[in-house]
Order: sequence, then structure tokens, then C-alpha cells
Amino acid sequence: MIIAERKPLEEIAAMVAPYKRVLVLGCNSCVAVCMAGGQKEAEETAALLRIHRQKENIDGVVDVFSIERQCEFEMIDEVLDELKKYDAILSLACGVGVQVLIERDPSLRVFPGLNTTSMGYPAEQGEWVERCVGCGNCVLHKTMGICPITRCAKSILNGPCGGSADGKCELGKDVDCAWHLIIERLTEYGRLSDLDEIEPPKDWSTSHHGGARTTVREDVKIDRS
Amino acid sequence: MTAVSKLEQALNSGQFVVTGELGPPKGADLTEFKENAEGMRNHVEACNITDNQTAIVRTSSIACGATLVQMGIEPIIQITVRDRNRICIQSDVLGAYALGIRNILCLAGDHQKFGNETGSKGVYDIDSIQLLKGLKDMRDEKKFMGGEEVEGDIDYFLGAVENPFADPFEYRVTRLEKKVRAGAKFIQTQCIFDLDRFEKFMEMVRERGLHKKIAILGGVTPIKSLGAARYMKNNVSGITIPDALIDRLKGAEDKKAEGLTIAVETIQRLKEIEGVAGVHIMAIAWEEKVPEIVERAGLYPRPKF
Repeated sequence: MIIAERKPLEEIAAMVAPYKRVLVLGCNSCVAVCMAGGQKEAEETAALLRIHRQKENIDGVVDVFSIERQCEFEMIDEVLDELKKYDAILSLACGVGVQVLIERDPSLRVFPGLNTTSMGYPAEQGEWVERCVGCGNCVLHKTMGICPITRCAKSILNGPCGGSADGKCELGKDVDCAWHLIIERLTEYGRLSDLDEIEPPKDWSTSHHGGARTTVREDVKIDRS
Repeated sequence: MTAVSKLEQALNSGQFVVTGELGPPKGADLTEFKENAEGMRNHVEACNITDNQTAIVRTSSIACGATLVQMGIEPIIQITVRDRNRICIQSDVLGAYALGIRNILCLAGDHQKFGNETGSKGVYDIDSIQLLKGLKDMRDEKKFMGGEEVEGDIDYFLGAVENPFADPFEYRVTRLEKKVRAGAKFIQTQCIFDLDRFEKFMEMVRERGLHKKIAILGGVTPIKSLGAARYMKNNVSGITIPDALIDRLKGAEDKKAEGLTIAVETIQRLKEIEGVAGVHIMAIAWEEKVPEIVERAGLYPRPKF
């Protein structure tokens, strides 16, 4: 899932300060699970924003509702007429949702209420950890299901570097060394010699470094000709 | 085979080799840098030049390396993969060669989190082993990493680093072997304070016969103060300082003198370990003490290579 966290209230309030009719729009998928942008958080944010605007003597309304996913046209379309009634929409979706709203209707003024951080999972209550950077060329089969691109701070493919100590990364004692974990698992399965081969430089063109990616599936595309 | 650098020649001779290290300044005035280099001239075979060490912006290692070449002192330029992608690294290596630099040390580099540009983007396009292999292929196969041909001749002596004090301990030797296969001909180790652990490391190195394939230079750093020792012990990842050594410094009246004596003793012990080809002295912000250490360790005058 996509993980995000809410921007500081002051930053949000400043973005929408010039607008009278403001909608806080929640997104009930990923960001609801990470407790950043679902209906509940949208209501909280709207309440805080109202108090803040009252203090600052800003006239207008702050309404709130949420949709299932802001990253799909179909779901936006269901509420599009409603969205058009507002001067500003504070989207509590990830960065994708914010942009898809604008792409659906460029007349909408949409502002990001969240900082999108990563793709990961909830490790425990109140803690979400990154597990994939979407490099476009998965190596997990070689590394026993532990991603060195995401979890090694240097994305090393022939690890570990000299900063690994007691199973921890040089970044700090709260960060596991991904290569330590990989070596442990390979050793456990008697496959440590898998690492003897020098892994060649990675082709980053499949990652974001190749520019924004478009995934095309001709087999499921609808022929509009 | 003819040696491409004085360092390679020295290592080929089988004599105990000494290298030093210079950190470029945080500005473009190289006066002090040159003075420090001058001080080491007759005491080391070659001198490392760090590449923005601990991710702190400094004059480039290649510019400083070229300065040493002009002075007639042999540089070993460090290249990290933190700040440059493969395009820039290969370009810089060509430039370094054109400027007369013949020794290159390949390493990952400390994470940018530790430096003075903490918001910078870490590049890490390739890792240190891929860097070694890439530079070896540029030299031996005349091919860039992308496969295109390198025009004309290019030749250099390639080295790498290894940290016997990092974990997983047993795997460090396996990784050293990987670096040998990637093209490293010499290794400089992380600072050695825990000699017992280093001896265990060398035992594993010898078991695999790696000491015959690669020249291992033991890293030695004189400790300037008790505070510095404590700082390294607690804050520098991959450095192990035994408590006994801290206690010894604590008990010493003159900490600096004791720090130097410990460094000299370390070198003397390293000389006795089979498979250790020399020492790499990293006298951080204490470069002027290198001659004294070399002399007291009985390594002066240096043989002519």
C-alpha cells in the first residue's frame, strides 16, 4: 500500500487561505489504512482547519467528505459535480490522487494535504515501513525476498558495505542492514554461494530514473479504432 | 609485467609498503594540503586522497591528486559511488588518467546523512564492486560499462577497501574475494585497533589463499585523544576499539604520546602477520605525525622502488 502522512496544519491552512469554499476530500483506500487521509482523518483535518481559519478571521466554509479512491476517474466522476462547487479542494489522497483529480478536471483547484512517503506495510500499530521503491525490475528472487534496492541505504547489489555492524545499517541502530538479513537467510537455506557471482550494474531505466513510467498492456486495452 | 605506478612496483617487490592519507581542504587553498604532502614525501610510497570523506564537501580528490602528481608525489585517488553515476565516474577516471593519476581506490563512501549536505540525493548508481569491475573492464577490455569502446590506452592500478570489523564477520572475507575477482589488486583496511579480530580475519584470508592474490595494507590511525577514541568507538560505524585500549589511554599522562606509541606498536604487530603487505596510515588531522610514526616503527628510510 501507499503510505503517507498529513502535512503540518499551518502549511495546509496557508495553501487554502485565499479560498472561501474549501472541501477536505478524503480517500478511503491506502491512506485510510495508514490513518492519514481516510474519512476519519478528513473530518479531523476539516475541524482543525475550521478552528484555524476562525482564529485567522477567514470567512467561508470548510466541508468534508471522502471517496473510495481518488486515483480513478470513475470514482471521481461520481462526485465531480459536487467537487466543482468548491474554490479549493484539499486532497487527503497520495500524490497520485491529487494529480488524477486535476487530470480529470483541470478546472479543479486541488492542493495536497499529505506528504506521500512510500510503498510499504503497517509493521505495527502506528508504524509503517517502506518495502518497495518500484524500480521496475524485481530482484527479490535473488535476495531471499529482502529488497536491497529499497532497504539498503546505498542500494548495493553486492553487499554488505563496510558500515554494517551487529546486523544494523550505518544509518543507525534502528535500521536493519538489509544485506545482513539476506546473508542470514541465504546461509539458512545453504545458498550463500549464490552471492559469489558479481551482480552487474543495475539497469535503472526501468525505474523512475528513466522518467515517469507508463505501463501498457495491449492485451487488455480497448480497441477504440 | 611492468608496474603502472610506484605503489604497484613497491607491492610487487614484496617489501613492506607504507601509504599515507591526505584529506583535501574545505576550500580551494591547497597550501596546507601541499605542506602535509611534502611532509610525507619520503616516508610513504603513495598517498590516498579522500573523496569528500564522511560526505563533507571538500576539494575534489582528482584535483588534489593532480596537484600531487605535479609535486612528484604519488597519489591514490579515492572514488566513491555516493556522488556520481557511472557516466560521471568513467569520465572522471579518464580525466584522472590524463592528469597522470595511476592509482584508484574504489569504495562506496559514507552515507550522505553523515555529512554537511544532508538533504543531498545519494547517487549509488553502482556499488563498489561494480565500480571495480567496470574500471577493470575499461582498462583490460577497453570497454565502458555500457559496452562502447574506450579510445586509446588507459592504465591504472586498482584497489579497494575492506572492513574486517564490520559484520557479518565471516562474510567479510568472502566479499574480499569478490573484490579480488572484480579487479582489486590491493586492499586498504579500516583502522585496526582490535588486533585479535584482525588476526582472525587474516587467518581466514590465508585459508583461502587470498593474501597471495591481493596485497593487504592494514589501516592504522593514531589516536589523538581519549575523546577521539570514545567518539570513534561509539559513533563511527565499523570501527571497533577494545576497552583495554581506552583504559590504556585513560591511564596515560600524555595521551597524544600514548596514541602515537599505540600506532607504532600496531604497525610492529601488523608486520609480523603473514599476508600483510604493508600499512596504510590514516593520521586524520594529524598528518604531520606520519614521518615520526614511520620512523619509530622501523620503516625508515624507505627502500627505493
